[in-house]
Amino acid sequence: MTALTDDTLRVTPRAMRDEMVLFAVMALLLAAVPFTGVYPFFVMQALCFALLACAFNLLIGYGGLLSFGHAMFLGTAGYCSAHALKVWALPPELGILVGIVAAFALSLVTGYISIRRQGIYFSMITLALSQLLYFIYLQAPFTHGEDGIQGIPQGHMFGVLDLSKPTMLYYVVLVGFLAGFLLIYRIINSPFGEVLKSIRENEPRAISLGYRTDQYKFLAFVLSGTLAGFAGALKVFVAQNASLTDVHWSMSGEVVLMTLVGGLGTIFGPVVGAFVIIAMQQYLAGFGQWVTVIQGSIFVICVLTFRRGVIGEIAHYFRRSF
Amino acid sequence: MQALYAQLLVGLINGSFYALLSLGLAVIFGMLNIINFAHGALYMMGAFVAYFLLNIGGISYWWALLLAPVIVGIFGMILERTMLQWLTGLDHLYGLLLTFGIALIVQGVFQNYFGSSGLPYAIPDQLKGGMNLGFMFLPVYRGWVVIFSLVVCLATWFLIEKTRLGAYLRAATENPTLVRAFGINVPRMITLTYGLGVGLAALAGVLSAPINQVRPLMGADLIIVVFAVVVIGGMGSIMGSIITGFALGVIEGLTKYFYPEASNTVVFVLMVLVLLVKPTGLTGRAA
Repeated sequence: MTALTDDTLRVTPRAMRDEMVLFAVMALLLAAVPFTGVYPFFVMQALCFALLACAFNLLIGYGGLLSFGHAMFLGTAGYCSAHALKVWALPPELGILVGIVAAFALSLVTGYISIRRQGIYFSMITLALSQLLYFIYLQAPFTHGEDGIQGIPQGHMFGVLDLSKPTMLYYVVLVGFLAGFLLIYRIINSPFGEVLKSIRENEPRAISLGYRTDQYKFLAFVLSGTLAGFAGALKVFVAQNASLTDVHWSMSGEVVLMTLVGGLGTIFGPVVGAFVIIAMQQYLAGFGQWVTVIQGSIFVICVLTFRRGVIGEIAHYFRRSF
Repeated sequence: MQALYAQLLVGLINGSFYALLSLGLAVIFGMLNIINFAHGALYMMGAFVAYFLLNIGGISYWWALLLAPVIVGIFGMILERTMLQWLTGLDHLYGLLLTFGIALIVQGVFQNYFGSSGLPYAIPDQLKGGMNLGFMFLPVYRGWVVIFSLVVCLATWFLIEKTRLGAYLRAATENPTLVRAFGINVPRMITLTYGLGVGLAALAGVLSAPINQVRPLMGADLIIVVFAVVVIGGMGSIMGSIITGFALGVIEGLTKYFYPEASNTVVFVLMVLVLLVKPTGLTGRAA
């Protein structure tokens, strides 16, 4: 059986140095965006989804677990942050914290349930759990059902950073994204990450070596869900609303698509994939439902001919990991 | 009490659809090792084909009951020949992703041409009206759906568990290489199996057309519930799928009567409970 990711590539000190160079290039390019005239709202939105996709990739690319319900963390953190900011009038930093804690708590519960089954059953369970939450949010009074929570105040972060200024907001979101990205990078290259990869490759062997694989998978799930929640909390400041779209299964599907297009199990792939998909939605917005058809076609094409994704193909060509 | 019986009947009807769909999923999974995410979209296509047959070709419900599953089944076999067969030997998850993509394409195309609102499909004349059973009023069409689905489910069970063809099928599920060595064309069997599973979904679509309207997204949310049904029942046993499907439909119906707020979520909650108590699912075979 062919594994999900390309395993012929080794992580060497040289590869890690290359990755840090690439990271610096990415950070500089993104930091320069406000000076280029590119619509900052678009880039901020893409950054939130890129962080979400990176968190999702931690689970599938390094743990081999395909979650089809990651929208539940995005949406839950979004709703809780939005509620904290608007109703409790908390400052932005605490609002984000509320969202992250909510996603953390949710991932503890859903992880405990879904880790009990493997493979496609795991995917179906996460999908069903996110649908369960969708219906709960549809009926719960604090989410305001179909309307969602709107007009969320952006406020002053730490009392000084005025988030209602687009440039300031952009840099706050960028710092959040880069911090999340580095954290994920650190996790992947930690001893914990190595064990995770070994479980992905051959779980029975990892068990026979004495690892309690369930605990590793559970921890990976919680880390991934919590980081996805961080993305959801940041997104509240960008979109200034929290709605049912963020908890819907189609959102979970989009995250899968972004990661697949960029490259499962690659470090920069989910970022590239998020930008590609968000840009596509932006430019094709006038075509109505054809966007769904195009997304479906990309899924089909990727699975049939392009399983390594953009970054995965490049990395394979240069025989390096990116 | 009238309301309770009415909800029980609705539950039985939903249970019929769960049973037909999860049966198809189980049959397909057994042979192809693929979870067919496109199942909901193909169910929807079944209903639309019946709608086209009636409104364009003037072909009645009774013929649609036969023709729609065949047409959609052929469409499914084309999908299997052109796309799904290339996934042999790859991780199972790719099958899920590919069929998810197919579902998005099919649903998107139908949404473009028909929007999101429902198209009406009339109940055939022979099944109009109702019967007074003494304790409740039974619309004939609804009774027909439950009985007909049950017959189809049992016939599928019989085909797979009791006939020679079914024996080949079960053998090929266990060890395809060995079955090929006996001179049986396993790839063709795989294609036909996918066609059978898809045909069952389309049949459920035709049955539901007069009850729920014909809508492009009618299968999108349904398939997620059916996934939960499959997690609860496991895909190891044909009879298990049938019984779990009907039972969950009935439980959902009862919930609608006693605690309507939870009727959307009860199947998912039950899935959580089953996973906590018996992680391998009710029929007990580990994945």
